[in-house]
Amino acid sequence: MADKKTSLLGELTKGLLKENPTFVMLLGMCPTLAVTTQAKNGIGMGLATTFVLVGSNVVISALRKVIPDKVRIPSFIVIIASFVTLIGFLLEGFVPDLYDALGIYLTLITVNCIIFGRAEMFASKNGVVASAMDGIGMGLGFTFALFLMGSVREIIGSGQWMGMNIPALHSNPMLIFIMPAGGFFTLGVIIAVINKLRNRKPPQEISCAECPHAKECGRAGERA
Amino acid sequence: MKEIMVIVLAAMLTNNFVLSKFMGICPFLGVSKKLDSATGMGIAVTFVMICATIVTYPIYHGILVPNELEYLKTVVFILVIALFVQIVETVLKKTIPSLYKSLGVYLPLITTNCAVLGVTVLNIDNDFTFIQSIFNALGGGLGFMLALIIFSGVRRKLEYADIPETFKGVPATLIAASIVSVSFMGFSGLFN
Repeated sequence: MADKKTSLLGELTKGLLKENPTFVMLLGMCPTLAVTTQAKNGIGMGLATTFVLVGSNVVISALRKVIPDKVRIPSFIVIIASFVTLIGFLLEGFVPDLYDALGIYLTLITVNCIIFGRAEMFASKNGVVASAMDGIGMGLGFTFALFLMGSVREIIGSGQWMGMNIPALHSNPMLIFIMPAGGFFTLGVIIAVINKLRNRKPPQEISCAECPHAKECGRAGERA
Repeated sequence: MKEIMVIVLAAMLTNNFVLSKFMGICPFLGVSKKLDSATGMGIAVTFVMICATIVTYPIYHGILVPNELEYLKTVVFILVIALFVQIVETVLKKTIPSLYKSLGVYLPLITTNCAVLGVTVLNIDNDFTFIQSIFNALGGGLGFMLALIIFSGVRRKLEYADIPETFKGVPATLIAASIVSVSFMGFSGLFN
């Protein structure tokens, strides 16, 4: 929920650190783990998600008074999926290498909970400019998180970074870091380090607060 | 027959949706605290994956391809899945209330589960036939359930472990997931 007093600049910067979608709110875990075998792919995925996030936030906030409450979830899904199709075309045309590297995860931006969560929590309640700022901030925060994950995994796992060779690691890379297991491990350690730096207890649960279905599912995992 | 077995086992073990393709991480971490809820979620996801495949495959090959509208598949698939989950929920509620009671709570969670959209898109990308697609969905769903059940056991032990303060909670869970993922790496190279 947006505080009326927060400035537009505040909307922009909160996503970078204080409310970083990946490391603090633990949203959008699937792409965070899947595409970060290289720093380059992390940036590409982050920027593609930012594009979809800004686009869908702007359209949803512009239409927020027109869309009836009952059909808002399908409407949001269609708007988001349209922007995903659009970015798919753009990448296929201009950056085919990245398009191939991201593969199916590009389509899966549609179900990234960051985008859905921001549509539900922010864009459907705030004006167009604030929503655009929120989209840019959250998107860049996500890009930063993916870049950090990708850098750690690429440096340790393949001894390279953005095309440069890292002296000692290049001859003996620890391959496990670019395998799926390394993804889970790196993310766990990064979250722990960030919490240590922020001098805060790490989150105990995957948060349900931002999930658009939290109200409906009634925290299904705990009830059963 | 042999080909179908390979598809099911590959989707279940070597290309496990959760542990090697990273799809459906949110329910994997969120609903794996107890064995009961892990099993329930696993069954619900398997069911919806198979049904979503049965619905989206004919739509893609019967409607989108002849009209050269392949690029609309993301929009169409996600809408069909959302609609379908809604229908399943209503039908289950009216016809089999006991099943609805045990699975119903998981259904809304599934609409935005990337594993479900993922399996329908993968079926198209891999040029599977209709029968192969259904078995791919079955294998994917069973693999998802297997990962959830195994992980619920790991987490129960984790609750009693003495972990440094900084790592308690989510970081420890992720590192445990990493170790489970290592064990699934043992299956790689099973089918070549």
